[in-house]
Amino acid sequence: MDQTVTVRAGDRYRQRMMRKTLFVTGAFVLLAVAICVDVGVGPGFFTPIQVLTALFSPGSVEPKLAIIVWDVRLPVAVMAVLIGAMLGVAGAQMQTILHNPLADPFTLGVSSAASFGAALAIALGIGLWPAGGTFFIAFNAFVFALGTSLVLFMFTRMRGVTVETFVLVGIALFFTFNALLAFIQYQSSEAQLQQIIFWMMGSLARASWTKIAICAGLLLLLVPLCWARNSMMTALAMGDDRAASLGVPVQRLRLEMLASISLLAATATAFVGTIGFVGLVGPHIARMFVGEDQRYFIPVSAAAGAAILSVASTLSKAITPGVIYPIGIITALVGVPFFLSLVLSIRRETWR
Amino acid sequence: MSLAIKGLRFAYGTNVVFDRLDAAPFNRGEMTALVGPNGVGKSSLFRMIAGHLKPLGGAVSLDGVNISTLPDRQRAERVFLLSQHTAMRAALAVFDVVLLAKRGWQGGKASDSDVRQVEETLDLLGIEHLSDRLITELSGGQQQLVALCQALVRDPQVLLLDEPTSALDLRRQLEVLSLVQKITIERKIITIAALHDLSLACRFADRFMLISRDGVVADGHPEQVLRNDMTGRAYGVRIEIERNAKGNLFVHAELAS
Repeated sequence: MDQTVTVRAGDRYRQRMMRKTLFVTGAFVLLAVAICVDVGVGPGFFTPIQVLTALFSPGSVEPKLAIIVWDVRLPVAVMAVLIGAMLGVAGAQMQTILHNPLADPFTLGVSSAASFGAALAIALGIGLWPAGGTFFIAFNAFVFALGTSLVLFMFTRMRGVTVETFVLVGIALFFTFNALLAFIQYQSSEAQLQQIIFWMMGSLARASWTKIAICAGLLLLLVPLCWARNSMMTALAMGDDRAASLGVPVQRLRLEMLASISLLAATATAFVGTIGFVGLVGPHIARMFVGEDQRYFIPVSAAAGAAILSVASTLSKAITPGVIYPIGIITALVGVPFFLSLVLSIRRETWR
Repeated sequence: MSLAIKGLRFAYGTNVVFDRLDAAPFNRGEMTALVGPNGVGKSSLFRMIAGHLKPLGGAVSLDGVNISTLPDRQRAERVFLLSQHTAMRAALAVFDVVLLAKRGWQGGKASDSDVRQVEETLDLLGIEHLSDRLITELSGGQQQLVALCQALVRDPQVLLLDEPTSALDLRRQLEVLSLVQKITIERKIITIAALHDLSLACRFADRFMLISRDGVVADGHPEQVLRNDMTGRAYGVRIEIERNAKGNLFVHAELAS
């Protein structure tokens, strides 16, 4: 007897769901390994055992190791993972609401608006954060990034909440802020220019436990809200008409998701600068392995984004000893070959 | 117990589609073919019945309840519109999308009875063997069958099919329409299908509703509508009808010039 024929479609469905659940678990285990490696690598290499001991019983290792792990490397490693996850989730949501696999969290002009906000603070000293200090630049970037979404919201009132409105207004905002940014760059001194450019390259060196708490808090707030809309978003992936036939309030859902994406992308950009590629490729990796059922698509996008940034963070320290390259450069440089090899090696049959 | 359309008005900007469209009530267990030339608003009418578009005036009501006042979810439980474009680009398996249609967007795990109903519906349309395939890997016709599975598994009271057989082969067209006819009678639902093949339509439909630029121009028994002069005029053709030995009607159309 040929057994494959006798297995009912429903059983095959359950098997597939089981495999996907295992895959999600596996992805997060791999991510944990990536964090350990990231913490271990740097000037002074620690084995994963040393790292784990320092993490789980800081008292039992020598103080120097505990300080390096907890105060120097762990914030960067955790920040990499959180930012990667935020960009992965935002990218997955953006690709779903725009029905476009080429969209990423920055498609609607968030990154150029954030850069403009940062440049305003760096070059002209114009800040919206009253206290100055660590958040002076970040807050500006955040407010401008979020501002683009507000402009988009206003346009949707006039033109309807369609994909076209989003993309057209997004492009308009992108060029507007790029032009404004160039204007500031043209006027600023060499030192300021250098600072602006470095800010835009993206760096995890600005990580701190406060920022980690903000990012983690945001994820804790948004993930349950988005989780509740999982099946609606899966329905939306089938197209607007079909989703509407299932009773999904398509327009409202799209705006809600836009709010979520804006918060995630604006916060990520404000803290670490523009890190492209992750938000585009994380969801693609997820789509290849588990498809677009949001129950698996979102977690795997998050894990993939986090893993890419974590590996990039490790490499940014490992390439030249003593030098930490801006992570924005590394992500694309190491990510592209990895992604292409994945695309070429995975057979179509396994895309589910 | 029926679906009623009264004084429906609709326009895209200044382009008026319907000016006070009225239709005789649609009854349960009856399959209506919505016919008419391209661009007269068949799809728009469907969208209004399904509540995806709000009419500027008038109302569509089901058993006396105005459809557009129902919450999204309740409306979607009663009315299902299978839109004309059945192609989907999502990386989802066939079984998953049909199950999604069955469960709507309630969270949690699928129950055994949900899973069984999806299996049965896939069997009904003969695509059980495709259940693990991604919908993007399927042909246009297969995707249309998946979409029909979604429509049937929802078990709506009003089933709206916008050209449900446009991508199907000869045999599948007959199979699908006789299945829809059978389900319409068995489940006592209201089925309205937009069809372009009039010969095919009059074999399965109990009623023809012809709309043109001027609204509903003919409505009633298929043969009666086909013999009506208005039908040829609406399409801009000369129509001849022939009955074969088995009693089926055949519609011949010629350019009227």
